This record gives sequence, structure tokens and C-alpha cells, in this order.
Amino acid sequence: MDLKTLCETQGVSGREEPVRRMVYQECVKAFGMDAVTFDGLGSVLAVRAAKKPGKPRVMLAAHMDEVGLLIVSATDDGLLRFRAIGGIDARVLVSKRVRVGYDTPEKPSLQGVIGAMAIHQQTPEDRKAVLPIDQLYIDIGAKDKAEAEKLAPAGTLVTFDTPFTPFGENCLLAKALDDRAGVYNLLRLLDAPYDGELIFAFTSLEENGCRGATAAGYRVQPDIALVLETTSANDLGETPEALQVCRVGEGVCVSFMDGTSIGDAELYRALLAVAKEKRIPCQVKQFVSGGNDAGALQRSGAGSRTIALSIPCRNLHSPATVCSLTDVDAQEALTRACLITL
Amino acid sequence: MKELVQQLTAAYGPSGRETEVADLIEKLLKGKVDSFHRDALGNLICEKKGTDKKGKRIMFSAHMDQIGMVVTHIEKEGYLRISGVGGLNVSNLRMRRVKFQNGVQGVMVEQPLKPGETSSLRTCYIDIGAKTAVEAEKLVQVGDMAVYAEPGFDMGEHRLASPAMDDRSACALLVSLMQDLPACADTVIAVFSTQEEVGYRGSTTAAFSVAPDEGIALDVTLCGDQPEDRKLAIDLGEGPAIKIMDARSISNPALVDRLFAAAKRAKVACQREVLPYGGTDAAAMQLSRGGTPVCTVSIPCRNVHSACEIVDLRDIEGAKKVLLAYLMG
Repeated sequence: MDLKTLCETQGVSGREEPVRRMVYQECVKAFGMDAVTFDGLGSVLAVRAAKKPGKPRVMLAAHMDEVGLLIVSATDDGLLRFRAIGGIDARVLVSKRVRVGYDTPEKPSLQGVIGAMAIHQQTPEDRKAVLPIDQLYIDIGAKDKAEAEKLAPAGTLVTFDTPFTPFGENCLLAKALDDRAGVYNLLRLLDAPYDGELIFAFTSLEENGCRGATAAGYRVQPDIALVLETTSANDLGETPEALQVCRVGEGVCVSFMDGTSIGDAELYRALLAVAKEKRIPCQVKQFVSGGNDAGALQRSGAGSRTIALSIPCRNLHSPATVCSLTDVDAQEALTRACLITL
Repeated sequence: MKELVQQLTAAYGPSGRETEVADLIEKLLKGKVDSFHRDALGNLICEKKGTDKKGKRIMFSAHMDQIGMVVTHIEKEGYLRISGVGGLNVSNLRMRRVKFQNGVQGVMVEQPLKPGETSSLRTCYIDIGAKTAVEAEKLVQVGDMAVYAEPGFDMGEHRLASPAMDDRSACALLVSLMQDLPACADTVIAVFSTQEEVGYRGSTTAAFSVAPDEGIALDVTLCGDQPEDRKLAIDLGEGPAIKIMDARSISNPALVDRLFAAAKRAKVACQREVLPYGGTDAAAMQLSRGGTPVCTVSIPCRNVHSACEIVDLRDIEGAKKVLLAYLMG
């Protein structure tokens, strides 16, 4: 499965079906029907049986869901009111193209655009203020409320409309690199060399508080969980080095700690050592913030040793996330190399 | 008890780095319990089987971790930028001596604030005497954790100060309890938990694997007997406190009553604790699996989360007597 297709597929938290379908097919192709299951929250769990006894049970996890928007109602003029699903900064939304509804063979999604007052009508005060999400509207060209409600009833999901675009030296611009890049690597790792039981968890609902991973962790109860994620690179402009977190193009980012978990100390040391030995580009996340499935997996059941390996991403949770292919490949390579040492 | 507190508070162990404390406790309890187990999060789980097959499984939890600072970045000039491990207060940090696991020491400094800037960990750094990043990296890596370097000391006849009273004083209490606990009907599982200061993560997984019938957290609590700080009805040295509730758990009323009854039998005066904030391992045990009746027995402590946390040995001794009376009926 290529990264372009994965990024362009729609799958907002709680409505990951299009991504789930693709992931499921790939897993079934690799391991057969009996090895792949869904859980109650929509995560896909693919189990690769152990070849030798006595090895730790390892889970590799990446989340399928992306941040997006949800239609809540229509105005008399036929504009759509919406709310965010996942953490979205209202400042990144104005004038962005969006797809309203999911593409299906019968019915394509609708083109939409997020509107706001034109600069000509704004007062100097208006220009300083950030419009909150409840004062923004999606325009789908509907003439009135009735038409808007018919085309996009409350509950309709909305995704960013950003074509997958390679640019610069090895860089990518796309929607949903968080975490389709991790999903992409997880699928590339289905054949990874490891003799113990390996569980591939494609989780749901990460952007809403790691809910999918909470359930998947409880069900699987792995000894070790490696989380393939993206993390925010704050390396633009004049940000002081101490606040840059990590830098795009300088390798996969290993976390010693974030807002919801402290990386297992042994795994942290092992990952850095393997990266050095195999010359895999690798950096350390130089900030403590955010959280991901590692927090949920570490605490589920009797606990798992966990760590996150993240691809540095600029403009995270926006319509235009940017990462480097170097880092995508480094995440895959480091995970693969680390598995052999477990 | 005093030696135990001194020994345990001297060990290094911020959240996620509790191995040194766990090793020490395992040594102290060798031969005193039936089994030791360390789980994925580093919890030390010590089980002493009860004599009655129908007895309860009672879990005690005292956390081994202390608050600390983690290095997030090394400046070109060799200064270390940090983030907090647990709840840090900048006013407690300024110009404090800190130390790393490998013995490297430094001073926590707050840089001059720009107009409109407020104090936070972002305005602080650790000076370890390095002149360049290269020199600093020979001593400390990004991801290494520091703790207050203040050595423990005696205060008057009964009181001790140290940066790790939260929660090593309760670890000492639990170690001492297990060392002196005669055979009893119920199975007692002493959990020395990890990562409490970042959201009782260790006790969450320990409670799941232990699956107790009853959970009692042992922790410190704040005092209300200092100048201009009289919000809480807890005085240092007036006996252990039995928690009625805090922000994260409401103690099981029947368990609270049984603990007060035990205190009466042991002739130990106890204080009633209502803490409008905070949480202990009891919160994790309470919500584990299908739910567990819980309570916290607290050691009053002044200046919690500072380099000089003060406890009174009589409160710890009192807590031990109450718990022995509770377990021995």
C-alpha cells in the first residue's frame, strides 16, 4: 500500500472505515483471515504467531484515524456549522478546501471551503482576533438550509482536501501524515524478522484520547509495545533550538518522555544504540509535550514496556502536514532493526 | 524507623527511574515476604501469603518515585534546558543544588525574565559547570533526570527533612510494617509503585495484576499548621491521617471506620484528612478492574514537592501501629 493512497483516504476518528478496509485487506493477504480481527472500537489487530517460544509478545501500533471536522447544523443561508474532531487550531482553517462526506463508489464527497469575513469588510480589530470554530462555516454552494441539510446532514464527516505532493528534497506535503505514515510503515513491517509473537495494531480514536489503543492494549496485553507515530517538529522560523522539539529530515525521533508516558528506559537505550550501530538517522525528542498511544498501551492491563518512534512533522493537525521521506524510512528501519534485538 | 527513612530517602529515583530504590527495598525485605515480582513498569510487588485460605487480598501501595527534572536540550554554552517530572514549582527550584544518577551535580537557575514573561520551567536551566555542549554531553545526556541534591537532616528530636519524603517516608513505613508483620489471616501484598508523580501509572498496572479485595495507599499529605497557611486541619506530629477524600478518590467509609477502630485499639491518635486537591495510588486501585474499596493512610508532611520536605517520625511510627492493629484484627 503506498503512502499517497493512505494519506488521501478519508478516516476521521471514530469513522476510520475506509482506512480500516485497506489495512484489513493487506493484513489478510499477509497472514490469512483467521489472524486478523477487529475489536469493539474498530481497531484492526493482526497476529503473527511466534516461531520460537520464550520471546516477548511484541505489539507494533499505529493509529488509523486523522483529525477532521463534523457537520452539526446548517444556517438559513445554506452554510454548514461544524466542530473539530481532535485538536485543531482554528487559525489554520480559514479559506481551506475540504471534502464534505466520504467518497463512495455511488456518491463522491462534496467540495467545500471554510469561509470567513473577507479582508475588505474587516476592521483593524477583527484582523487581530482569531475566529473560533463556532464562528466559521463551510460553504458547499448550497442555496438554502434545506439543500444544505439534504447534501450534508448533521453528523457528516469532513476531511481536509490536500493532494499528496512530494516537494523539495525528499519532502512530502499531505493531509493525515499523522498517522498514515505510521500505518504505511506498519504495513511495510508485516514481514519484519522476529521470532516471537508479533501483533500489529492499527488503532482507532487516537486523536480523541487514545481510546482505540486503550481497548487494544487491554485485549492484547503485550509485553512490549512500539508505537509508530508522528510528532510535531517546531523547527521553522526563529524558534530557539531548545523549543524545536525535533527537526524534519534528521531522522526518526525517539521519546524518553511525553505528556502521557515515560519511555521504557531500557528500550530507549537499546533504540539509540541500534540506530548508532546500523547508522539509521535518529534523533531524540527534545521536549516533553503531547501524548500518543504509548500512554494507553503502557498502562493497560498489567502494563507493557512501551516507547514511541515518531516521524517529525511540521504543521501537525493542519490541512498541510509536512515530513521527510528520510524520516519515514528511518522509522521503518529502526523498528525492523530493533525487533531483532528483542 | 529513622535509619530506614534516611536510607530510603538517600536513594535516587525520579519517576520512571526507580530501580535503585526497588533494589534497596528488595534487599531490606529479603526473607520477610513469600515472593517478589517486578512488572513492566518497574513496580516491586511483594506478597506475604495469609494463613486463612478464605482471607482477603489486601494491597498496600507506597510509591518509590520522587519528583525531578528531565533534560530536554543542551545549549551550545553547556546549559541544560529541562522539563518537569511530576509537579514542580519554580519558586521551590531557584538556585537549588541538583544531582543526576551518575553523581553529576548542578545548580538550577532562573534566567532574568523579559517584560511580560512569567516564571516557568522554560525560563530555568541547570548549570553543571560545562563550558560547551560537547563538554556537557560527556556528563549528561538529553533524557537524563535530576533530583534535588539536598541531603537529609534531623530537625529537633523527632523531625527529619529531605527532598524525597514524598513518598520514601511511606516506603519506610511499608518496609518496616512488612519486616515486623507476624503471620496473619489475610494475604498482604506490599506494592512499591512507580510513576505516581506523573499520574499514578505504576499502581494502575500493579492493581490490575494484584487484583486486591482492598487497597490502602500510603502517602504523605499536606499540613495546615504553618504561618499564613492554615487551610487544612492536619498538624505535623499529631498522628497519621486517615483520608476521607481527595480530588481523585473518596475512601470507602467502612474501611475508614475499620482503620479508626484499629487506631483506637492501637491507642494511636489519628487525624481526619480531607484534601481538596491531589490524588494517591488509591485512585488507581479504586478504578482497577471491577473496582476496589480503598483508603489512604497519610503521613503529614510540610513543604511537599520541595527540597526540604519535613515529616515527624512519631507520625510514621503511629501509622505502623495502626496498620499492624488493622491486619492483626
